[in-house]
Amino acid sequence: MIIKVDNLSKKFKNFVAVDNISFVVESGSIFAFLGPNGAGKTTTIKMLTTLLRPSSGSVFLNNFDVDKDPGNVRKSFGIVFQDSSLDEELTAFENMNLHGVLYNVPKDILKDRIKQLLEIVELWERRNDQVKKFSGGMKRRLEIARGLLHHPKILFLDEPTLGLDPQTRNHIWNYIKNLNQEEGVTVFFTTHYLDEVERVASKVAIIDRGKIIIQGTIGELKEKTGADSLENAFINLTGKNIREEDSSSIDMMRNRRRVFKH
Amino acid sequence: MKVIYILWLRQIKRFFRSKARIIGSVGQPLLFLLALGFGMGPIFEKAGEGNYISFLSPGIIGMTILFSSIFNGVDVIWDRQFGFLKETLVAPVSRFKIILGRTLGGATTSFLQGLIVLAITIPIGFSPNWSMLPIAVVFMFLIALFFTALGTSIGSSLKDMQAFQLIMNFLVMPIFFLSGALFPVEDLSKIMKYFVSANPLAYGIDGLRGSLIGVFHFGIGVDFLVLSVLTIIGLIISSYIFSKIEA
Repeated sequence: MIIKVDNLSKKFKNFVAVDNISFVVESGSIFAFLGPNGAGKTTTIKMLTTLLRPSSGSVFLNNFDVDKDPGNVRKSFGIVFQDSSLDEELTAFENMNLHGVLYNVPKDILKDRIKQLLEIVELWERRNDQVKKFSGGMKRRLEIARGLLHHPKILFLDEPTLGLDPQTRNHIWNYIKNLNQEEGVTVFFTTHYLDEVERVASKVAIIDRGKIIIQGTIGELKEKTGADSLENAFINLTGKNIREEDSSSIDMMRNRRRVFKH
Repeated sequence: MKVIYILWLRQIKRFFRSKARIIGSVGQPLLFLLALGFGMGPIFEKAGEGNYISFLSPGIIGMTILFSSIFNGVDVIWDRQFGFLKETLVAPVSRFKIILGRTLGGATTSFLQGLIVLAITIPIGFSPNWSMLPIAVVFMFLIALFFTALGTSIGSSLKDMQAFQLIMNFLVMPIFFLSGALFPVEDLSKIMKYFVSANPLAYGIDGLRGSLIGVFHFGIGVDFLVLSVLTIIGLIISSYIFSKIEA
């Protein structure tokens, strides 16, 4: 078990974002964590990646306790956030190099490792270009490569294909599947594109209103719900209604940023 | 050390690559220098206070550093949601190193902007006492460090940019106007003097003006002591607040 979550909860002032969830992720698998907007996906990822303190419950990553040993936990995973966390003024190579220094990758192997990963995501030729010149798909590829630089055991991907065209989505999943096989890295991802899940995921958990309502293989999920596709299973389980979320301050910032940047 | 250095280097690289930012950072000070310097200059001189450009220039250098430092710090808010900061927050390095690298880098770029403005004041008619330049440089860097730390503390405790305008209007502008950057403190009313003495920037500007043109209000020792103590306290507070950030 590379990830072990027990009775994990997160309460904000008067709102329970994650309500007593438990699950495990097997080493080397590709695990899809699904749910409607506002169900608690991102909050869960933040707790798994030491960005948010759980209100109760325990999380073990690579056998390290997230609460007691965040340093070792941080060395164990790489992450691609929903919003890019690249430095756009720096070049692709500089972004990778900075990551290597932060994760204390030995200098003598750093350059080769950067080359190897940038070649896999087909960005080596563009290594000396500033990231602001990159398209959305190229940035995402660079972030995936960067997330793997320090040989993590787990790669977290929060909606890695959001806003990308089908061709790019396809490519990205090919890279991820390759890396999953070649490097043996466990992949934990969220997405709203359920066709992707059917194609790549070995296990699925669906979270809704802070609770995990079902987990298992895709076959098991279809069987339990009697649906012919994962999409129908998802809708059977979580309902047809659109979730109305109050716009959070972060959403408002996201909009402002769009105005600000263009 | 390596981590602090690379985070510092990142800010420096960003600064030199962003030509628009360098030009923009010079625009406003230049406007202040020309409009106030040549607009108020004659009155200032008639009042027997001497050359206004010489008096004003250290104030405008201080203003440049103040604005860009606060902005560098408050930038944490953006960076935390949509930027590179998250990359550092999940990295296996202490928050203290991150904040130190970031603050030193931010302060260095503000300091460089101050130097650029100093260079611009010369053709406009500022003739400083060059032998005291090293001391002026120390004050410029202290102003940059203190206000970057202040900005970072504010940025780390806010959740979004909504309050940014409030901070500019109710904190940064008063700090600037009540610092003695634009007018001499000597003959102010008691209440005004009280406000000026409670203003960290006033000590920075006084130290800067004192070293560059030899006119002091508080005295160089007081300036240095107050500003360096405040800078240390500011750095401690900002690292504490920053270490508590949850994304």
